[in-house]
Amino acid sequence: MTKAQLFITCLGDQFYTSTLKSMTRILEDLGVELMFPPEQTCCGQPLFNNGFEDKTKGVALNFLKAFSKSDAPIVAPSGSCVSMIKHHYAELFPEGISEHDLAIDIASRTFEFTEYLVNVLKVTDVGAVYPHKVTYHATCHYLREMGLKTEAKTLLNSVKGLEFVSLKEEETCCGFGGAFIVTFPEVSRSMMENKVNDILACGADTVVMCEPGCLMNVAGGLHKAGSKVRAMHIIDLLASK
Amino acid sequence: MNETSPYIGFEEYSEHVPTSIPLAVQQATGRFVSGRAARVAELPQWEELRQIGSDIRQHTIENMDGYLTHLEAAVLSAGGHVHWAESGEDARQIVLQIAKENKVKSVVKSKSMATEEIHLNRALEAAGIESLETDLGEYIIQLAGTGPSHIIVPAVHLTKEEIAVLFSKHLGIDAPNDPIELARIARETLREKFLSAEMGISGGNFLIAETGTLVMVTNEGNGRMCTTMPDIHVAVVGIDKVIPDWDSLTVFLKLLARSATGQKLSTYTQFITGPRHAEGEGGPKEFHLVLLDNGRSKILKDPVGRDVLKCIRCGACANVCPVYKNVGGFAYGSFISGPIGAILSPQMLGTQAARELPFASTLCGACADVCPVKIPIPTILRHLRRRVSQGDEFSKPTLSTSIRVTASLASFALAQNWLYRFGTRVLPTFMSIFKRGNWISNAPYPLSRWTKARPLPSFTASFRNWWKKEKDSTK
Repeated sequence: MTKAQLFITCLGDQFYTSTLKSMTRILEDLGVELMFPPEQTCCGQPLFNNGFEDKTKGVALNFLKAFSKSDAPIVAPSGSCVSMIKHHYAELFPEGISEHDLAIDIASRTFEFTEYLVNVLKVTDVGAVYPHKVTYHATCHYLREMGLKTEAKTLLNSVKGLEFVSLKEEETCCGFGGAFIVTFPEVSRSMMENKVNDILACGADTVVMCEPGCLMNVAGGLHKAGSKVRAMHIIDLLASK
Repeated sequence: MNETSPYIGFEEYSEHVPTSIPLAVQQATGRFVSGRAARVAELPQWEELRQIGSDIRQHTIENMDGYLTHLEAAVLSAGGHVHWAESGEDARQIVLQIAKENKVKSVVKSKSMATEEIHLNRALEAAGIESLETDLGEYIIQLAGTGPSHIIVPAVHLTKEEIAVLFSKHLGIDAPNDPIELARIARETLREKFLSAEMGISGGNFLIAETGTLVMVTNEGNGRMCTTMPDIHVAVVGIDKVIPDWDSLTVFLKLLARSATGQKLSTYTQFITGPRHAEGEGGPKEFHLVLLDNGRSKILKDPVGRDVLKCIRCGACANVCPVYKNVGGFAYGSFISGPIGAILSPQMLGTQAARELPFASTLCGACADVCPVKIPIPTILRHLRRRVSQGDEFSKPTLSTSIRVTASLASFALAQNWLYRFGTRVLPTFMSIFKRGNWISNAPYPLSRWTKARPLPSFTASFRNWWKKEKDSTK
């Protein structure tokens, strides 16, 4: 039986309980036996991206310890956190020490959710039904660091009843940027408002993306604008029947 | 350089961006972005070309001393003069000395980032020498009394209405809002100066070490006038502009105009090798090349940060940068703005004055995607964030103590998973005080900086409990 370990990410953990339940259900329905290491916390990216490489090591070690008890792949609902693990963990520990090799091993079997579905399980249709006009925001690390250009759209393409609407500047950042959102609140606001205006203009009633952080930003922006457009994680859409 | 650098308050500026700036900037950059995309689509070998360009620049900055020595010899043998300027002050003094020796009263200038970098106009004016910018954009910002807000379109932040007001005020005329008419007025005013100036000052896009040739890529024709009509031509060029040979140049000419303005080739490409060689020939009597270091050789010592010196100043990174497009160039507080400014200024001016700049990015990576010489801008931003936050062999940390303490606490809590899990249990209860429906609209500091622009979803944090009940108990 296919086994996988769930990495729920700290933002998923705090804010997206129902998305995580949906993720569990979709994967279990596909016959994946899931494990949840409760020692997991955060990937450490907020510290790493703000220049605290030395303070990231302990967080990364906690992650490596939590997920090395099993050799099953690790699946997470975030391209950004997965990119942190895949592209930066090994550089935190010098070559020659065991943590470096462990980081490379863990990186090689950590996957973003849509990547795991489409590229590992080779599943493009999860049997979802969602009769709505849906647009897609390509989140930055998912798109550029992970290079996931087609996976989300492939999955959306198989959803029954779904009408896809393209978004102007689909690949432009929403203004989240981790700590950026509180470091430069006014710049972040302008970027978020541009994104929200493009979403409102495209005529969709739902916008999906593959990143909890960006979702918090865009959903909050749509709420503030008094819009009825639903912002959701792609997992929640794929769980719709 | 550090002692003269005032603090760059990016956040402070970003809170008061004039509303006209993002509009004007987005209009212009939008045109450049689509122009670039169209030109790139025509070249199937574009990615290969970028790689070659990147490799040549990498090779050149790693062997800069050799190429500069070669360049100097070639310029001298072509009859030019070479001056080495370690600092901006050195460069200013060199130019002033040449002007003094030749009794220069008026100077015409072609667009140059190097002279913006060293604030040459101010020095010339202080010495009683009239210095006139002749690139239309530079002419406009000279009238406005500001620096450039974009690498290739210095007045990108101004609308035609604002430019008409500037012209009316400074030229004592009633200037219309019509761009063609405004250009005509500028041309007329400038023509007279071209004929009377004793000295022309330019920058340079490339310096070919092989033959000592200065290459200038321009669109308005003013560059030619500045470098051919006056008797003396002084080119102030950063040492990073050196390239090995003419073969390399063909690569960069393909990359530069396409990346910058979406042109296949700029209107004018000038090759200047020394002064005129005989009476009756065109061109100036004297050619002076001022090679500007101003911190560049210090940057070269940093194996990660030095990649910034690969830059060929096309501005493509700014054109796609969502941060730049919402704040404009002045937020970056220096002659160079956008993502490339965010990685150059902290290295040139120090991470005390420019400590906010490496953070003024969402690390979205759009800049690195378009950079014609593949500068890994997000990697260098992270590298400089480390310099600011924890310090490195080049600088002590310059981040406030309170933020560093907060980071230590966060690091501890995230590494000790029992503490994190305890927090996950208490946070939803604590944050529920601020909850209205499913949203938190007025969170306490520091999350108030989040909720001032948009609400925060409420903390649910019940997956762990659910898993325990649903999954662990059934096993």
